[in-house]
Amino acid sequence: MRFIPHTPSEVQHMLEVIGAPDVESLFQSIPEPLRLGRALDLTPAVGEQQLSDELTALAEANTNAATHDWFLGAGTYPHFIPAAIDSLASRAEFLTAYTPYQPEISQGTLQAIFEWQTMISSLVGLEVANASMYDGASASAEAALMAMRLTRRSKLVVAHGMHPHFLEVLRTYVGGLGAEVRVAKASASGLSTPLDALVDDATACVLVQRPNFYGCIEDLEPLAELAHARGALLVTVVGEALSLALLQPPGAAGADIVCGEAQSFGVPMSFGGPHLGFLATGKKQLRQLPGRLVGQTVDSHKRRGFVLTLATREQHIRRERATSNICTNQGLCLLMATIYLSLMGRSGLRKLAELNLAKAEFAKARVRETPGLELVHAAPSFNEFAVRVPDSAQAALARALAAGCVGGLDLAPYAPELGNAVLVCTTELATREAIERLVSSLAANPT
Amino acid sequence: MSDDMSDDAIRETPPLRTRNVGRGFSYEEPLIFERSRPGRIGYSLPDLDVPAVDPAAVLPEKLIRSDEPELPELSEIDVIRHFTRLSTWNAAVDLGIYPLGSCTMKHNPRINEKLARLPGFAAGHPLQPAALCQGFLALVWRLEQQLAEISGMDQVSLQPAAGAQGELAGIMMIRAYHERAGQRRTHMMIPDTAHGTNPASAALNQYEVITIPSGEDGILHPQDVAERMTPEVAGIMLTNPNTLGLFEVHVAEIAEIVHAEGGLVYGDGANLNAILGVARPGDLGIDVMHFNLHKTFSTPHGGGGPGAGPIGVKNLLVPHLPGPRVVQLDGDSSPRYQLDSDLPHSIGRLHGGFGNSGMLVRAYCYIRSLGPEGLRRCAEMAVLNANYLLAKLKDRFHVPYPGGVMHECVLSDRNLHDTGVTTLDIAKRLIDHGYHPPTIYFPLIVPGAIMIEPTESESLEELDRFASALLEIEREAREDPEIVKGAPHSTRHSRLNETQAARRPILRWQDPKQLETDSETSSGSSGSSSESS
Amino acid sequence: MDDYKIPNDRRYSSEDEWVLKSGSQLRVGVSDYAQQQLGDIVFLELPQVGTSVTRGTAFGVIESVKAVSDLSAPVSGTVVEVNGALEEEPERVNEDCYGEGWIIAIEPVDDSEFDALMESDAYLAYLSDRAD
Repeated sequence: MRFIPHTPSEVQHMLEVIGAPDVESLFQSIPEPLRLGRALDLTPAVGEQQLSDELTALAEANTNAATHDWFLGAGTYPHFIPAAIDSLASRAEFLTAYTPYQPEISQGTLQAIFEWQTMISSLVGLEVANASMYDGASASAEAALMAMRLTRRSKLVVAHGMHPHFLEVLRTYVGGLGAEVRVAKASASGLSTPLDALVDDATACVLVQRPNFYGCIEDLEPLAELAHARGALLVTVVGEALSLALLQPPGAAGADIVCGEAQSFGVPMSFGGPHLGFLATGKKQLRQLPGRLVGQTVDSHKRRGFVLTLATREQHIRRERATSNICTNQGLCLLMATIYLSLMGRSGLRKLAELNLAKAEFAKARVRETPGLELVHAAPSFNEFAVRVPDSAQAALARALAAGCVGGLDLAPYAPELGNAVLVCTTELATREAIERLVSSLAANPT
Repeated sequence: MSDDMSDDAIRETPPLRTRNVGRGFSYEEPLIFERSRPGRIGYSLPDLDVPAVDPAAVLPEKLIRSDEPELPELSEIDVIRHFTRLSTWNAAVDLGIYPLGSCTMKHNPRINEKLARLPGFAAGHPLQPAALCQGFLALVWRLEQQLAEISGMDQVSLQPAAGAQGELAGIMMIRAYHERAGQRRTHMMIPDTAHGTNPASAALNQYEVITIPSGEDGILHPQDVAERMTPEVAGIMLTNPNTLGLFEVHVAEIAEIVHAEGGLVYGDGANLNAILGVARPGDLGIDVMHFNLHKTFSTPHGGGGPGAGPIGVKNLLVPHLPGPRVVQLDGDSSPRYQLDSDLPHSIGRLHGGFGNSGMLVRAYCYIRSLGPEGLRRCAEMAVLNANYLLAKLKDRFHVPYPGGVMHECVLSDRNLHDTGVTTLDIAKRLIDHGYHPPTIYFPLIVPGAIMIEPTESESLEELDRFASALLEIEREAREDPEIVKGAPHSTRHSRLNETQAARRPILRWQDPKQLETDSETSSGSSGSSSESS
Repeated sequence: MDDYKIPNDRRYSSEDEWVLKSGSQLRVGVSDYAQQQLGDIVFLELPQVGTSVTRGTAFGVIESVKAVSDLSAPVSGTVVEVNGALEEEPERVNEDCYGEGWIIAIEPVDDSEFDALMESDAYLAYLSDRAD
């Protein structure tokens, strides 16, 4: 077996040095009745070639963004990934390195994380960001827990439009803590109904996703004022990280904590993972921030270097009093995103965001012009919006598929009150021709 | 041991001796922001084939970003050089033995990387209809079956994104189970050798931790568990083998004691590599456990992640598994694999999608590549390697728990106390020899612990070199302690000031020009020159 | 045990804290042994003035780079002063644990609790016993 180097004579030599008669004897501390006593019932081993054949067949059975034009977003976004990213992230010293606990031999990883912390904190407009959470959903949950610790309150008010899966994960995390979760209803515009009646002095934080699950963009400032007036924090959740290049930074609008999903920054969709949760806050709240943090320091020759720091927040020191139990994070995805943001740069990311906006506005214009279709919401949007279709969303999406498009998300399971509606996402990947094909296939009357 | 080895010394050195020689190129490289040059670009964009849109025409002015984020301006080659140089400063499994205890830093097969990148996996979406991803769902289902067989558990969920998240899920399920049975349980038993995530996960579920002392032989004893097991205790969290590398011999009896009072047993699967194909947690009385795919199942560590932490449960906990579940319908059904969200007693969702799907693909490939015999061989050679290292080192280093170990061994710095050389110094000196140090100062019950897990990937000669390095450091500690205490000498940085990093946290780069402007505007009112920053 | 300073103008708790009478108040800090064991102090989590504390329960937290420890109230009473300088300069605890590194001042409710604390030679003996 090519992963295990030992030859029989080497094994023999090693047993002699140990003073054991055979390999079996090394397991003698396991009581006989506890041993399996048979081979594992698994399919026999296959070599690379056969494995490739098997996995290729499994892969080909999956519709994907390489085979179809892709208009399905809803928290996982189809963006173009520049070739340099995979090339760099595949380097052995990034791929097969461990957590940078020994800083003298991990400066590559540590410096890259420091660069990420700088970029993401600047994008969201807050002072401090950590070295990733698992995904946007768990980042939102951890943000809520953080707000509860900081305010010592246990009520969470969620604006309409949080990603349903993020909300589910949030409920899972706070489930055993006696937290009360109140979710506001939708207004016709696609934004949330006002939260005034829900936010009180038992509220730890107000959570708002921007753009929301339906693609609509909330104005954060009034929500920040409302939350702060009642002694609560504003948590902004970001599903489509590219929006940060175009929209007012949530921190500047008054958000105390910003969290979400950064998969849009050069991380493949990959059936939902591995992705890249992020979490940022102000310096004052630093000690309640979960996850790893990289800080700048010097060595004995006054040379600048980087280390994991403030580890006393974390499980390996604080154990039961840790801010979180997180240990392994999404390190390599963080590296990919840092490389992505370095390639795009400040001008490229903005241009890309404007390109996404242009594609969406074109698609929306086409929808308006097409009989049988209408835009569901009036609120401003970025690269995602809901479309009402003439018959069931299932039928409309089937037509789109036949036309070579995965046309969007059937909203019936999530928002039945919207009627027959599809959530459509248009990124830079969508050509004009594909958009036109999508819109006409969503609309075509079955006769 | 400075850089200037004489030519004779170099010739005498056995040809494969590992050393951090600092030869060849070793680049300086600033922060990426310091490389930035206004106007450089590293991106390309497709042609605009739709009408251009001025954001102000469709969005309210106040919602539009007016500043520029702190992103650099670089050409593609700038970016490639930057990160390539950074990579050369890292230790990695691909460079040499990485013997961190309980981390299982085994070889990361490259075929797994290639296959996970097939567009049919990499370009799939978590919300696409089941009928459109039958290949991926089949893989998920098969991997669940494989892990269930390997562990002796009844069902598996692949959703948790890391071991710690798996633990969180496992303890949540235990809590849900007791609540459903109308029981109020407030405590969780955890051995003193446990990894820090264990008490953290218990606390996140509102359990108070009862610490169980390990015996003088380094393992748990039924008596110590029985004394503490009451109807208020939800259960016990065990790692087997434990973090001393010792098999918890009394595990079955301990499980019975816990079960007899209605408690449940959680198994931390971090050390599963030691018993693959030899014993199964499910056969030892474990009710729920997590797997670490990035340890036992070879998915790469990536500088800290991503990993994956699936959980396995016995039937009594199946109703509480996170959802949705992938179900396989009978052969005639189409689509054959579907998602079941009708799970009234589920603890809920833990992840936005299926979990770290890309890592699931890699783990599946690994298990298929090894097969039942290969997996057992992993355990056998991992245990052989750890015992071999112990045999080479035990005469010079203090071994707190002598006797056979499984896949990892623990030493300490006790024998070197009068030299003033500590475990930390030994670790840093290993770096000069070209090795990533083992885990240090854990488990907590061994002062000055050095926890070594070689894994089955390491060859005899790599183990010999590593052992020689440790023995040489031990000799140096007696003969020339200062050189050990001042290590590392051969790296770009000497020991970094972690105190300063914690006392005066600097967690992001700031443009010095911006800092100057900020301090000018803030000191303007005082009328004095700018303060030193 | 020669390595640890144990001034005899104050008393000590089994949690390695020192207590010094200062008028009607009691000043509290950590002993030289404690600050050496902890290593470089990086942060203290301290109570607000006015907080009630109970002997034996935690009133705050002290952190070094590698460890976290509860600060345990050696006597019961009300916190009347907190050493605010420690926020910016936690290193005072390392550099001058008996002076500038003082942590809080308590207005005690029961004088017998102070009398029950160890005098310096008893604390020295306590440290020696613990080391064995």
